[in-house]
Amino acid sequence: MRGATHAGWAAGAAAVVLAATACGGGGDGGGGDAGAVLSSSWGDPQNPLEPANTNEVQGGKVLDMIFRGLKRYDPETGEAKDMLAEKIETSDSQNFTVTVKDGWTFSNGEKVTARSFVDAWNYGASLKNNQRNAYFFSYIDGYDKAHPEDGGKQSADTLSGLKVTGPRTFTVKLNQKFSTFPDTLGYPAYAPLPRAFFDDHGNWLKKPVGNGPYRVDSYARGSQMSLRKWEQYPGEDKARNGGVDLKVYTDNNTAYTDLMAGNLDLVDDVPAAQLKNVKNDLGDRYINTPAGIIQTLAFPYYDRNWNKSGSEKVRKGLSMAIDREQITETIFHRTRTPATDWTSPVLGEDGGFQDGLCGEACEYKPDEAKKLIRDGGGLPGGQVKITYNSDTGSHKQWVDAVCNSINNALGNDKACVGNPVGTFADFRNQITDKKMSGPFRAGWQMDYPLIQNFLQPLYYTNASSNDGKWSEKKFDDLIDKANAETDTGRAIKTFQQAEQVVRDNMAAIPLWYQNGSAGYSDRLSGVKLNPFSVPVYDEIKVS
Amino acid sequence: MPEQPYEPERAVAGTGMGGQMDLGASEAATLTPAGPEPAGPQERPRSLWSDAWHDLRRNPVFLISALVILFLIVISLWPSLIAPGNPLQCELSKAQDGSRPGHPFGYDGQGCDVYTRTVYGARTSVAVGVLSTLGVAVLGSVLGGLAGFFGGFWDSVLSRITDVFFAIPVVLGGLVLLSVITSNTVWPVIGFIVLLGWPQISRIARGSVITAKQHDYVQAARALGASNSRLLLRHITPNAVAPVIVVATIALGTYISLEATLSFLGVGLKPPSVSWGIDISAAAPYIRNAPHALLWPSGALAVTVLAFIMLGDAVRDALDPKLR
Amino acid sequence: MGRYVIRRLLQMIPVFIGATLLIFLMVNVMGDPVAGLCGDRECDPATAAQLRREFGLDQPVWRQYLTYMGNVFTGDFGTAFNGQPVTELMGTAFPVTVRLTVVAIVAEIVIGITLGVITGLRRGRPVDTAVLVLTLVVISVPTFVTGLLLQLLLGVKWEWIRPSVSSYAPLDELIVPGLVLASVSLAYVTRLTRTSIAENRRADYVRTAIAKGLPRRRVVTRHLLRNSLIPVVTFIGTDVGALMGGAIVTERIFNIHGVGYQLYQGILRQNTQTVVGFVTVLVLVFLVANLLVDLLYAVLDPRIRYA
Repeated sequence: MRGATHAGWAAGAAAVVLAATACGGGGDGGGGDAGAVLSSSWGDPQNPLEPANTNEVQGGKVLDMIFRGLKRYDPETGEAKDMLAEKIETSDSQNFTVTVKDGWTFSNGEKVTARSFVDAWNYGASLKNNQRNAYFFSYIDGYDKAHPEDGGKQSADTLSGLKVTGPRTFTVKLNQKFSTFPDTLGYPAYAPLPRAFFDDHGNWLKKPVGNGPYRVDSYARGSQMSLRKWEQYPGEDKARNGGVDLKVYTDNNTAYTDLMAGNLDLVDDVPAAQLKNVKNDLGDRYINTPAGIIQTLAFPYYDRNWNKSGSEKVRKGLSMAIDREQITETIFHRTRTPATDWTSPVLGEDGGFQDGLCGEACEYKPDEAKKLIRDGGGLPGGQVKITYNSDTGSHKQWVDAVCNSINNALGNDKACVGNPVGTFADFRNQITDKKMSGPFRAGWQMDYPLIQNFLQPLYYTNASSNDGKWSEKKFDDLIDKANAETDTGRAIKTFQQAEQVVRDNMAAIPLWYQNGSAGYSDRLSGVKLNPFSVPVYDEIKVS
Repeated sequence: MPEQPYEPERAVAGTGMGGQMDLGASEAATLTPAGPEPAGPQERPRSLWSDAWHDLRRNPVFLISALVILFLIVISLWPSLIAPGNPLQCELSKAQDGSRPGHPFGYDGQGCDVYTRTVYGARTSVAVGVLSTLGVAVLGSVLGGLAGFFGGFWDSVLSRITDVFFAIPVVLGGLVLLSVITSNTVWPVIGFIVLLGWPQISRIARGSVITAKQHDYVQAARALGASNSRLLLRHITPNAVAPVIVVATIALGTYISLEATLSFLGVGLKPPSVSWGIDISAAAPYIRNAPHALLWPSGALAVTVLAFIMLGDAVRDALDPKLR
Repeated sequence: MGRYVIRRLLQMIPVFIGATLLIFLMVNVMGDPVAGLCGDRECDPATAAQLRREFGLDQPVWRQYLTYMGNVFTGDFGTAFNGQPVTELMGTAFPVTVRLTVVAIVAEIVIGITLGVITGLRRGRPVDTAVLVLTLVVISVPTFVTGLLLQLLLGVKWEWIRPSVSSYAPLDELIVPGLVLASVSLAYVTRLTRTSIAENRRADYVRTAIAKGLPRRRVVTRHLLRNSLIPVVTFIGTDVGALMGGAIVTERIFNIHGVGYQLYQGILRQNTQTVVGFVTVLVLVFLVANLLVDLLYAVLDPRIRYA
């Protein structure tokens, strides 16, 4: 009975496809029905879908479709290009004048003005709005009043550093010099917001309104969001399909299974376990592109065992006991590449990426690893536990593999064990409460493609993602110096010097650069992933 | 007949434990009132047991499952007898390879020998099963037995408490309680099973103590001035313990299975423990490429659970005179 | 009868309070959920404190519980971390899970009881042995293994079904997941019915009925089945609550967005409001189902009278 139903369904689908091809035939080579809708896998966003409240890929995916900011990162190169910004001018790297392009509107018809930006940023920064990404505005003057970090009372609702000076112009005053500030403005937290967001917040959340190439058609939270092409979209990057249905999957294995069964068009995170079949199942309908993500092992520097002389030798030894080649090959089937520095290849050599900076410390040399660990005083307590959260991603697979590799190199089957923590929240709690006693998983997905973003948040003293509480004055000084640099080339050189300090201390063990991977159905063409491993939906053609 | 109002929810043993923990409870319940009735008050209660043993010795189901369990216990104690390898020795280059001489079950996703891990996994699984069952049985029968014997206020309190525990789905409780445990021993899992498992036994023990209490020989002993403790130990326990044993044996199998489910959800045992649950959940995503890594530990698990359930079945049949 | 129902309803109150308190404490043991809300970075202390205040996490546990229960009685189940009221989540999740549970229960009743009656009437015959072995196998293989295997074979290899359930979860897509969910209970219903039928077959009233010369079919359906179903009905009744809450594994495998999914997400994100809210409803379902089962007793077994 089920078989019959399925056959009928399949035949119906085939008929639709035929009809669609017939209509689309004779177009521009690749075909593509501009009205057809594709379905794509999605995860339930953790926080409300407000731009300054979204800090993970799944929510970011939607924001990328329904919003356009002052800048946009080129889907191919990652370069920050003007989008809504006509120009952003500064003479001192601290005071910026922004001019917004004319002719842009939100999908409800409201004009995008300077005020749309200033209101949105003020909202994002203000403590009382509880925006998880508020710290993005911390470079703007007056942040300490609108968002007192020390628990003091909030004394201002708006940032004094933001001033609307005309319908399309506003000025930004930073509290320090930050030469690359304009390049950070492609991050979704800086998106403009329509009045409806402030006036009718509840309804806006039910059905967000933005200024991007798609508009939200319907949103069933926790299961599906239907986005449709916004026909009046004024930008160049108009959607080339009729829309996207984002379907929530709890387990990306199921999403992949659905792709093969023809129930889904696009899976943007092929699970590690399925990579072996991907060539067989999908042929060339599989893409694997570098993304700005690096995985490292961080160490608890608040624990004396990891912060005494000689412990950098132990860390280096551990690094050399990890067979990155074998693990990226067998577990990840080349969707990750062995890391040789602490940034990402998507930055490019010009952006500060340095292939091989880590040197032999990132190569698999079991004998030297053993020697280094012995010289450094041995493993604290005779065993390292690699802590990770087991609820998301395929962390268990690689942690087990890393441990096996270390155990084999050291000839001791109990030298390393994985220590799974059940939930991400608990994992973060243990980090925040400084309860780690050994290495732990640290992944970093860049917010914007700048070398600064790979170093400062992770290794600067007391920075927000410096989970191991590593602190080194020499590093901090170099970062400060680099940020004040007005010449980009010189700034990058200084950042690279700071990265060498990280290397010499082996502050964190770089493991691999993570690629974005995606598989798609034969209805789609023109599928690619941007450097944030998010599909570039507007360029996908559906036949 | 009963001195207490008949409350059917008690007569039929509790079942609400959700998922898999309640297996066998309700079946065993049909036996609760059966007990020693046909034996009559004059006969020594022990004859039920010797009768049962007489039956069991001739029951092929019992013999087979007992042999399997014996074998499991032996390899749990001395796994190296039949598996010379080291379960923690894994080479990634051999990941997912099929069987080859000396490695009959092939390799799993990390390049560990599936045969060795399956053999070593028995220890953890049997330990979880046996220890949780012991805990559940002792705690459950003491609380349930006392409540049933003394009745009154504390009995009502205990009944409500068991209701509370029955109302919470087991898998859910496991996810919540075990997700923040960092210990990598078997104790948290065992503790959790005992915590959520005892009400099941307690209901049964309570029911069978109430039944036993009403028998003439108990009333007679009471009339002759026997103390409470003597009544409980000499007269009631031997008659009330049969249903508890039956349910506990069957529950043992389900606890082993529950450990695997918890591991599948990511909150069960942790490495470097070697357990079937860990191996099954690790192999599940690779089901298409390396089914052998999934099937061997699943098979071992199924056979073990089966052996305990069949043992429980056989014991129940032997103890239930109505089916004789 | 009326007094009995009232007494039972009164007894539910402490159980309801106890169960919700228990789950409330359990979720609290999980610790502070706020740290997980800021991605791979530390929430800035001011925002974290503000979030804690907003979710009431800065209060002592007993006060959190009282406030929560107070709100529940006015129909306010709180707000999930994504800003959605929990009642809204329930509105989308419960219909799906209820459909799934209905499929499972129907399977238990139809397949389980049929097999049970057949085997019970033919004790010791080959069909009995075969079904018995089959039920044992179903019980011993963990549900998630069964589920994954069926999904792979039926969904991917043979393409008989959709490997996952679409967001609206129509009844026909829920057949296989429902069977997987029911499988263990189904095996139990079969065994329970079998034992019960086999016992009652030798009861005096059945012999009398046969001696009276009633047709076999009538004896089985009117006399034997009616009396043998009592333990089966209890089992199925109490299973309703267990199935709804126990669908975590099945819903995960088949990507069903029901109660199990919401609970799983809620637990992973340590979202007290979602977890406690859903469990509260499940506890109510469980209690009501138990009461209904006991009332059904009186219908099935005329010897039982409630005073």
